[in-house]
Amino acid sequence: MLNFQPWKTWTVILICLAGVFLALPNVLPATVVAQLPSWMPAPRISYGLDLQGGSHLLLEVDLKSVTKERLNGALDGLRTALLKDKIGYTQLAVEGDHIAVTLRDAGDADKAKGLVRDVDPDLEASQTPDGKFSIAYSAQSIAQRRTSAVDQSIEIIRRRIDETGTKEPTIQREGEDRILLQLPGIDNPEHVKELLGRTAKMTFQLVDEGISPEEAKAGHLPPGDEILPGDDAAARQGQPTEYVIKKRVMVDGGTLTSASATFQDNRPVIQFKFDSSGARRFADTTRDNVHKRFAIVLDNKVISAPVINEPITGGQGIISGSFTVQSANDLALLLRAGALPAPLTILEERTVGPDLGADSIRAGTTACLVAVGLVGVFMIVFYGLFGIYANIALFFNLCLLLAALSTLGATLTLPGIAGIALTLGMAVDANVLVNERIREEARHGRGVISAIDAGFSRAYATIIDANVTHLIAGSLLFELGSGPVKGFAVTLCLGILTSLFTTMLVSRLLVVWWLRRTRPKAIPI
Amino acid sequence: MRPLLVFLHEPPHIPFVKLHTLGFVVSILLTLASVGLLATRGLNFGIDFRGGIVMEVKAPGGKADLEAMRGQLNGLGLGEVSLQTFGQPDDVLIRLPRQPGDDAAQNKGVETARNSLGPTYEYRRTEVVGPKVGGELIHAGTIATMLAILAIAAYVWFRFEWQFGLGAVISTFHDVITTLGLFSLLQLEFNLTTLAAILTIAGYSINDTVVIYDRVRETMRKFKQMPLGGVIDLSLNETLSRTVLTSSVTAVAVLALLLFGGEVIRGFSAAMLWGIVIGTYSSLFIAAPLLLHAKPRRGGEKPAPAGTAPTKA
Repeated sequence: MLNFQPWKTWTVILICLAGVFLALPNVLPATVVAQLPSWMPAPRISYGLDLQGGSHLLLEVDLKSVTKERLNGALDGLRTALLKDKIGYTQLAVEGDHIAVTLRDAGDADKAKGLVRDVDPDLEASQTPDGKFSIAYSAQSIAQRRTSAVDQSIEIIRRRIDETGTKEPTIQREGEDRILLQLPGIDNPEHVKELLGRTAKMTFQLVDEGISPEEAKAGHLPPGDEILPGDDAAARQGQPTEYVIKKRVMVDGGTLTSASATFQDNRPVIQFKFDSSGARRFADTTRDNVHKRFAIVLDNKVISAPVINEPITGGQGIISGSFTVQSANDLALLLRAGALPAPLTILEERTVGPDLGADSIRAGTTACLVAVGLVGVFMIVFYGLFGIYANIALFFNLCLLLAALSTLGATLTLPGIAGIALTLGMAVDANVLVNERIREEARHGRGVISAIDAGFSRAYATIIDANVTHLIAGSLLFELGSGPVKGFAVTLCLGILTSLFTTMLVSRLLVVWWLRRTRPKAIPI
Repeated sequence: MRPLLVFLHEPPHIPFVKLHTLGFVVSILLTLASVGLLATRGLNFGIDFRGGIVMEVKAPGGKADLEAMRGQLNGLGLGEVSLQTFGQPDDVLIRLPRQPGDDAAQNKGVETARNSLGPTYEYRRTEVVGPKVGGELIHAGTIATMLAILAIAAYVWFRFEWQFGLGAVISTFHDVITTLGLFSLLQLEFNLTTLAAILTIAGYSINDTVVIYDRVRETMRKFKQMPLGGVIDLSLNETLSRTVLTSSVTAVAVLALLLFGGEVIRGFSAAMLWGIVIGTYSSLFIAAPLLLHAKPRRGGEKPAPAGTAPTKA
């Protein structure tokens, strides 16, 4: 135990120096760090939102609506296909997670099945005992679509957030249908929440000129039409409007390549541009429907329904709804970023203002320094010289912990700081164990070297067992915890590892040096 | 340099084994009381678990007028508003119950309160937790605690024998349940950080227990003929100096957290401090004497040769 080969000594020294070196940028003022030569690594611990201030939002993607919307799409396709092939049916509707169809003529069953496959190869048709058809998406295809809906949502959220100029947002998937959004420095997330609260699905659809909303509501709604509320100038002034809109989407907002807010006649409008396929479809539609009204539908609300005066072939246009500058800017942003595949709900919001964060850092640092001070004094009082050695080891322990946290890119939270303070207490435990054991061995009549050697070696098995159990608790916390708790688990686990290193090697090395230097006759504890 | 103080020059002769029946009675009473409290009073779940809204605001002008604020907020129809100063006289913690409706309704509640108080207030912290997340957190937290205790027990079983593992589990459950009991008794807020504290207490308590078990095992091997009660007493007394010193030094570190760490982690620090006390107690009076009843195997092991570790890790 008391043999330290030179290579071992040097490794320990090098690791300690590296720890100090890597921990230093966290302590130095930012101006000094900026002047360091570029070859020097200067990692700094990143603060969690509770320390630097910011917003944490946990979002849920409404995956049910993805499946539902997809079924509705399939229903429209199916209806068209059945009509085209002149297959009669008495009932056709979405029921829960499937489409139920009753055919007028049971002999059309095979033909209908073929049609289903043409509409969407992912659809599976099965016949129920009462002669109905149940058409549903395969489990695999639903799962696939759900995954891609979440991925796509993350992408769209990223684009929307980036457009607002938020610095270094973190957007990550959590579980099956959740997205965690962290926005450092945002202390009032209302605007962000507003931006995320809208799917921004925009479509261009024709107004059904043949029927008024009143007639349609009285029960004469033609198949393939729907009544949509207006979000136009009149609606904003407190007079709700309604439109009968043909369900068929003529041009999809997804074909927009750009959108920006601008002014026309001193009123904010949105200028947009289509890609080539969108431009072609827009040109075709406007050519075929001159003098009819073309509705611009956003999230199932009609924002305006201008009359087509002439074919628009340039692939660009202007939406003039009743916008304020802010709402025009927001809508342009949303259109540029694209539509969310499904609505998002905010499950959890935690916002910390910058001042509270600063207060927490101050409180946490004070607590840590006081803890270090008290522990240091305690060790010297109870163990004298060996206490000083333990304190030196404790110092390197702190450096290594800071170095590990900054190089691993871990995030420091307030509970994380608590973890550091706690680790200090635990790190001392190993030293206490060793010193008490040495004392005991000496009491049993062993000589200096023999007692120290036995003290270290006997205490080590205990230290390992004690720390492994602790590490188990820590890693489970890390696995199962969330947010701040995770931050605590990280510092606790890393702290256990660094304290194992410093007590098992650093304080032992110091004692060995002291033994070699002074060849003592008695143990000073 | 010699130490200024030596805690125990010689190991004392405290008859732990004799005292253990008393310890068991006290612990059983404590545990029953805790279970009773949990069943009747329950825990004061924070919004992490219950869902709801918490806002920490700093009032303008250095001091908060709670009555005025209460009047203002109560008129909003957001349900029962609870206000509490928090640290400084101008720091106010506003708690709103879970708003009826979906998650969007919760956000609306925050906005309403915010608009009502106006921009002169500084909004230091806002937390909104939907009911869905809350339920999941309780679930995940319970599972984490159970798993942690079981995993640790499995390790102790693997490194020692099953009797030790059993003793570790029982004493750890005892610590966790009595901590929960304390939270119920004082109606301290139970939130995610408290949960972290409880897991840490479990870890700390086991740590302490393992150190003592390690010594019991060593003594068992060294003095094969000594009765188990004597082995336990000797081991506890020989390690008592370490047990007390470690607990005190950790307690000192946690005390620093409690006094200087700020309001946000006060609950955490309080739980930890209690955990250190109960963890130390249970190692001495529960975990070790339990071996007396579980009767670990004594024969068949090789005596540890002098000067080497009893087991190499």
